[in-house]
Amino acid sequence: MDKNDSFMKALKCRECGREYPLTATHVCEFDFGPLEVAYDYERIKASMTRAAIESRPNSMWRYRELLPVAGDPTVGTKVGFTPLIKADRLARRLGIRELWIKNDTVNYPTLSFKDRVVSVALSRARELGFTTVACASTGNLANSVAANAAAAGLKAYVFIPSDLEQSKILNSLVYGANVIAIKGHYDEVNRLCAEIAGKFGWAFVNVNMRPYYAEGSKSMGYEIAEQLGWRLPNHTVVPMASGSLLTKIHKSYQEFQKLGLVPEAPTKIHGAQATGCSPISVAQKAGLDFFKPVKPQTIAKSLSIGTPADGFYALRVMKETGGAADDVTDDEIREGIRLLAEHEGIFAETAGGVTVGVAKKLIASGRISANDSAVLCITGNGLKTLDAIVGHVGQTREIKPSLRDFEALLATENLAPAAAC
Amino acid sequence: MAIEIRIPTPLRTLTNNEEIVKVEAADAATVAAAIGVLQTRFPGIQERLLDDKGEVRRFVNVYVNEEDIRFLQFQATPLKDGDQISIIPAIAGG
Repeated sequence: MDKNDSFMKALKCRECGREYPLTATHVCEFDFGPLEVAYDYERIKASMTRAAIESRPNSMWRYRELLPVAGDPTVGTKVGFTPLIKADRLARRLGIRELWIKNDTVNYPTLSFKDRVVSVALSRARELGFTTVACASTGNLANSVAANAAAAGLKAYVFIPSDLEQSKILNSLVYGANVIAIKGHYDEVNRLCAEIAGKFGWAFVNVNMRPYYAEGSKSMGYEIAEQLGWRLPNHTVVPMASGSLLTKIHKSYQEFQKLGLVPEAPTKIHGAQATGCSPISVAQKAGLDFFKPVKPQTIAKSLSIGTPADGFYALRVMKETGGAADDVTDDEIREGIRLLAEHEGIFAETAGGVTVGVAKKLIASGRISANDSAVLCITGNGLKTLDAIVGHVGQTREIKPSLRDFEALLATENLAPAAAC
Repeated sequence: MAIEIRIPTPLRTLTNNEEIVKVEAADAATVAAAIGVLQTRFPGIQERLLDDKGEVRRFVNVYVNEEDIRFLQFQATPLKDGDQISIIPAIAGG
């Protein structure tokens, strides 16, 4: 690839199609519709073949032409290309032929899929000349902005709801970021940040940098398609907060089909939410194409967005692809976390429990057919949400350093292997 | 005192870059009436906020004293002296 070779054409309003220059701006001046990056697909097609991609380093940047930076990325160059795991034990437990886990619990460097969007947003922010970056976050994004900004020598301000998990707060503070805790839920943090963003000339990754930022999520879909051997799964189950990831995975599949990188095939995209914050899922189940905002109340704090900005588009994607949405209670979320951990050795955060729990429901109800293939997008690491499972995953048994005590313990517990849940 | 309407960046071209517009409570008993006053003062602003059915556009969030009007009474939400209205584009997750 040539340096400084941009495949971007413009920013374009998703509602009315008006075009804007490729600056740090995110809404259409006319109807407030979100702006999205438009690409020159003809040029991309000439540059992006399977062989070319396979020859590149194992990171999300192997799909560079489809990611919105003008030159070479300068932040997060090692992000992505996380494992796609064939989950045979979990497949048998849930009753489906072919099941895969896209494991972003081990994404680099901050153990969530947010490193994908942040590496794009900060690389682009640098190109546009910003030296201070910021975000409104439910936790994972804050961690990623803090870490990637530190590595890039950028100043960072992250805004979070004050009731976040302690580990997510520490995981931002440790990088030296300015962490501002807002007394309110995420939608209130978001509202404040929208007002701040207009004022200080910072690159707010999910406000004025959103058109670039959001595109980073597509890399998860590209990787799924490539790692499946250049094909699309019958089903993909995606957790929904704002709904952005779901729409971008759909876009990634469409782009790969359009570029001839995977065969055209029907592929259903399903959305997963927590019952305590399920505006999109409730709307989908009721057959509506709009949602009613809610006040979140769930242990899945990373999905606690009551006013999901991409909710309309997520509903449209599910409708167009024949996908479904569902939601799970806090207990079902914990069960989902344990199912994944006990069957595949992967410890996901609460959002992963949501995805597994909803997949279980969709398979049991036949909305995902038992003979099909499905990929579950697991987006964050369980070490970040330990609070949610304390007291719910068994407990240690304490004995003296004595063989006799140990034998006595085994005798009383009659050696039954831990029952699969 | 009056009612303060905070204007988001994309609309400030219409308000001569005014960030905060004050309207008299007597002229704006509801959010709908306040939008009407804005339209009189800054022609063209209403169509940016409302769709052709007169509903608030789906990517526009309107708050009265930090509360989303969709949790109140939508455009019929009553206003009183000292209230603050914020108009904010929907933004992405985190």
